Amino acid sequence: MDNEAATTIAGQPASAVPAHVGLLKVLGPVHVWALGVGIVLVGEFMGWNYGVGKGGAFGALISCFVIGILYTCVAMIDSEITSTVAAAGGQYAQAKHTIGPLMAFNVGLYMVLTYTMLNASDIQVAGQLVQIAAGNQNVTIPWQPYTILCLALLTLLNYRGVLATLSVNFVITALAFLSILVLFIGVKPWAPHEILLHSQLLTALPYGWLGVLASFHFGIWYYLGIEGTCQAAEEVRSPGRALPLGTMTGMITLLIAAAITWYVVCGLLPWEYVGWDDELAPLYDAARVTGSSTLTVILFIGTLFSAIASANGCINDAARAWFSMGRDRYLPSWFGAVHPKYRTPFRSILFLTPIAAIFALYIPLAEVITFSILSGLLNYTFMPINMWKFRRKWPVGSIRRGFEHPFHPIPAAVLMTLCIATFFAIYLGYGRQLLSMMLFYIVASIWFAFYRYRYVRRGDQFSMPWPRPQGY
Amino acid sequence: MWPLLTDAAWVVSIAIFAWLIWDFIRVNMRYSESVLLSSREGVDELFAETGQQEPR
Repeated sequence: MDNEAATTIAGQPASAVPAHVGLLKVLGPVHVWALGVGIVLVGEFMGWNYGVGKGGAFGALISCFVIGILYTCVAMIDSEITSTVAAAGGQYAQAKHTIGPLMAFNVGLYMVLTYTMLNASDIQVAGQLVQIAAGNQNVTIPWQPYTILCLALLTLLNYRGVLATLSVNFVITALAFLSILVLFIGVKPWAPHEILLHSQLLTALPYGWLGVLASFHFGIWYYLGIEGTCQAAEEVRSPGRALPLGTMTGMITLLIAAAITWYVVCGLLPWEYVGWDDELAPLYDAARVTGSSTLTVILFIGTLFSAIASANGCINDAARAWFSMGRDRYLPSWFGAVHPKYRTPFRSILFLTPIAAIFALYIPLAEVITFSILSGLLNYTFMPINMWKFRRKWPVGSIRRGFEHPFHPIPAAVLMTLCIATFFAIYLGYGRQLLSMMLFYIVASIWFAFYRYRYVRRGDQFSMPWPRPQGY
Repeated sequence: MWPLLTDAAWVVSIAIFAWLIWDFIRVNMRYSESVLLSSREGVDELFAETGQQEPR
């Protein structure tokens, strides 16, 4: 195979051609952090505030902590399994090894839709932010050219290499996070009544505990996408170290950012305004309320950077998931190609680009992001089952793990319980979308089981050098 | 300035997509499918380094 591959390129000596063209192992924990936090941090700048409209300020805080527990469980489970299943595709590759092809196909689709829809939302927001900036100078411009420009630049970056992509993501994510810290210091938290007005603005739960439950749906915004760190598994130099380190530090970063965001915004703006349907960027508006033009500019840049970083990470992750499914023939194998020079899944990157563009240009933000959240939640529901299967088939000590999460099976049980509660919360507000999404995945599963599965090479599915699982 | 920037956004976007499509076609014509599809799912380096685990 090696020699055959090497001699198939016209006009090139065999020695100049790599025998296997695979993804490059060039990433470290910093890039894993940049990927996970980069995708998620935009959720601190927008989206989470709709939970305030459902459950009030305190309801959103409870939601922030409860969903924070959900995602901590996600991060713990992912860190253990991904540091052991070191393959692109993240949870898709995990499902393939622990459960089976149909589950893996569904999980792969969950991820592609989660990240592609999130990418579409991000670039739409980025374009609209530029439009807002022009509007502040009394100039009316369309947002679409800036949305497309953002997509073009990020596609180019992703196409030309993962190291540059995630290095850029690290810089802009760190700057966006820094802008939240600057705002926190700028509102003088050490002098609570000078700028922050919690004592006047915070009220009791406006819609009771049912409102708090309904706000869980939007609590997901604080953390949606942290599980995307797993997609880097095949490109990190040391999966056993980099993935748990990057994922868990990313989760800590997000918990800090979420708490600061709630504290600052709910201390500056009334809950009715924060939870208003037309409120796009609460952190930016909080900065404007302070009256400081410096803080306003910094938070505008932070919001824009967070949207760009999120879109950048989403292109990376959606392409890896699609690429992995193509490589395993769950989709046409054509998608499993790697660029010989840049070592990226270039066909998958380019294939998903027009899909993101169409959703960004023609579908309203709220609907696009709901599709993303629903697919993400389905993915989280798979994780406890995945964890139980993984520990049962390969108990601790039977294979070497990069990381062993403590207190098993408590995180898996907590995760499953919180996923069910969040599904109920989504059903309260978006029942039609939830049922439509379920129908889509059922139809896709039927297509896979009765048509596509015949092309899958069953013997190649299990790629990890592990002993036979217990009970088989 | 803003109208100029808006036009520039379209021009730069078109130029980037044109380059991407050009490179995409070039790579697909220059390299065979056996090379482009030669990637294999990563072997866990934890095991590759230590050699402690038996292959299944």
